[in-house]
Amino acid sequence: MDALLLARLQFAITVGFHFLFPPLTIGLAWMLVIIEAIGWKKKDEIYATIGKFFGKVLGLIFAVGVASGIVMEFQFGTNWSEYSKFVGDVFGAPLAAEGVFAFFLESTFLGLYIFGRERVSRGVHWFSILMVAVGSTISAFWILVANSWQQTPAGYIIQNNRAELIDFWAAVFNPSTLPRFFHTLAASLISGAFFMTGVAAYWLIRNKNLEIAKKAISFSVVFGLVASLLALFPTGHEHAKQVAYTQPEKFAAIQGLYKTQEGAPLAIFAIPGTEPPKLHFPIEIPGLLSWLAFGDFNAKIKGINEFPQDEIPPLFLTFVSYHNMVLLGIYFIFISALSVYLLWKKKLFENNRLLKILIWSTPLPLIASQLGWITAEVGRQPWIVYKLMKTKDAVSITVTAGELLFSIIMFVLIYILLLSIFLSLLFRWVKKGPEPLKMEAAQ
Amino acid sequence: MIDLNTVWFLLIGVLIIGYAILDGFDLGVGVIQLFTKDAKERKININAIGPVWDGNEVWLLTGGGALFAAFPIVYATVFSGFYMAFMLLLFFLVFRAVSFEFRKFSETEEAKKRWDLAFALGSTVPALLYGVAIGNIMKGLPIQIVDGKIVSQITFLGLLNPFAILIGLTGFAMFVMHGAIYMTMKTEGAHLEKMIKWANAGWIAFVSLYVVATIVTMFVASYLFIGIMNNPLFWILSLLLIAGIIYIPIGLKSRKFGWSFLASSTTIAAVIGHLALGLYPRLVPSSFDLENFSLTIYNASSSQYTLQTMLIIALIGMPVVIGYTIYIYRVFKGKVILTKDSY
Repeated sequence: MDALLLARLQFAITVGFHFLFPPLTIGLAWMLVIIEAIGWKKKDEIYATIGKFFGKVLGLIFAVGVASGIVMEFQFGTNWSEYSKFVGDVFGAPLAAEGVFAFFLESTFLGLYIFGRERVSRGVHWFSILMVAVGSTISAFWILVANSWQQTPAGYIIQNNRAELIDFWAAVFNPSTLPRFFHTLAASLISGAFFMTGVAAYWLIRNKNLEIAKKAISFSVVFGLVASLLALFPTGHEHAKQVAYTQPEKFAAIQGLYKTQEGAPLAIFAIPGTEPPKLHFPIEIPGLLSWLAFGDFNAKIKGINEFPQDEIPPLFLTFVSYHNMVLLGIYFIFISALSVYLLWKKKLFENNRLLKILIWSTPLPLIASQLGWITAEVGRQPWIVYKLMKTKDAVSITVTAGELLFSIIMFVLIYILLLSIFLSLLFRWVKKGPEPLKMEAAQ
Repeated sequence: MIDLNTVWFLLIGVLIIGYAILDGFDLGVGVIQLFTKDAKERKININAIGPVWDGNEVWLLTGGGALFAAFPIVYATVFSGFYMAFMLLLFFLVFRAVSFEFRKFSETEEAKKRWDLAFALGSTVPALLYGVAIGNIMKGLPIQIVDGKIVSQITFLGLLNPFAILIGLTGFAMFVMHGAIYMTMKTEGAHLEKMIKWANAGWIAFVSLYVVATIVTMFVASYLFIGIMNNPLFWILSLLLIAGIIYIPIGLKSRKFGWSFLASSTTIAAVIGHLALGLYPRLVPSSFDLENFSLTIYNASSSQYTLQTMLIIALIGMPVVIGYTIYIYRVFKGKVILTKDSY
């Protein structure tokens, strides 16, 4: 087996697994910031109970995020040594900044949040969950700075056989950093919201913890609707525009635009074929892609045919991932809007059919995130740094295929184990539910 | 003009020392856990480090990130060169990381025991591996620089040589001693007496191994000692080292556990400081040709602009980190109190 392919597979598996957890951490943490604030300031026992229950879940999620995150920090060096040498002067700094400004903050204060309830004042305790939310968000920022630099490098020159930093702020705020950061943030908030909604819906259907479930779901469906809308507009739209401007090959691939045209259509559905590139059974809206990307129905957009064939990404995977992500994104808006509407009509809590759908929708934001990342990273191929270094030139030359096979199998096995244990512990905890309210107990 | 490369050598040193002092005691407690039969004691061990272990581990991650940023050629060469060793390390670190929370969510004693084992092994193996890695650096790695490219012939089995294992055991003993001393600040009664015994045993093991290791190093890696006596830093560090080592058993006897922990931390800092002093300005000595093929702070570093930018990041960020880290240790000062939020 090819060492390069194995290294890519390993990175995809390990980062994909890792990225199941930080979005939940970020989403839940911010929700808890609000929930704990209400519990504290309004002396609301129900909100405080929601905080305690989901706070404990946050600890579990964070732990698996950390465990899988350590693997990522080292993997650039272990498996991508040529990449690390080429970009280290630029790429290393945001990673170090992530450690200094984010990891310390979130890890230190999570300890206080989980263990310090009895030891510090309510105010300090609330501050600790705020720092977890802030820290995890800053972490997202810096890692996205690093990854965005791979997509749209800036602030560097090529010197001494490597990329060297010459303008820190230009590198940090390269053309894709902010659109990607805000879009990922929105995705994280959706993930947290749907998680809380799914748990609360479960309790409602089982007719358990009703007071708590009702307040939790009322909060989370609204939060989820806002986040879902933001993921599409402005963050999704801005991000897509940025790709159109700065990464035309990726844009053509994900949109299925195989021939340059003015008034390019938006493909709502199609099955992309690759030999030759062609959309089968397309449902398209003429001119809409040009308008969305460049604000002009007649704008010319470059098709895949414009680019050297060895510099275009895989067409099928990018098209399918992108379109399914968008489909899910629209679903999130729709199901959240429906839930909020029924909540407003006071018909949500008894609508068992919708509640069931909400339970099953819980992991969908995570799937959408994975699809988004596949779009982003596969869409950048064959480059590991756009136009500067190809992925095939980036891999560690001293690591053999045999060693890679060993480590891939190791990671697959331990991650399957961890995921199953994580899920079984989570399900059991959700089934058990929060502590009964003092008011209920008193009755 | 300050030498940024030297500044970063020192800063990476600080991160390594910080990691060894902080996660060092976490690892030591993990080793102790491996030999702890009583369920209550196991629970107390885990909760003694529960609120702080994660923040402590971040020193490793930040150290890795800083190494990547400041000396990317070292990061790339060592991490890919030590591939299987790193995979082994990651395997155990992953299990340690999840063991705390998985234990908390476990409901049976059996399940808790399983996670205690995961925590214990997840601490013990890394505690050994770190020293093995350091030993290999000291001995020198089979690397050459040919036409500006690094050619490395590092093998996994080659890393498990007797010298590296000796250094591995020395580091291991150091962490166990340090972890036990930390526990003397966190426990009471019979458990406390056990920890004092562990601390004293760890001290004896560490001192013996350290003396042996130092003598052996004079033969295996004599370059580390060249000109060292002329360096005032050597004498300062030696003073601190001796003061620390001597005080530990005295402090334990007179039950001044906080001071003993300070002495243990000082010892760790001095041990690593000595090593850094001998290594400087090299980062990865070459066993083929020390003078020409070693990776140094000059030939393996990032650009001056990056080192400067990173320095500003460090100067802004680290004081804040140290500030709130001290705060959180203050909050959790004293003996372990088990509550319903405990692990």
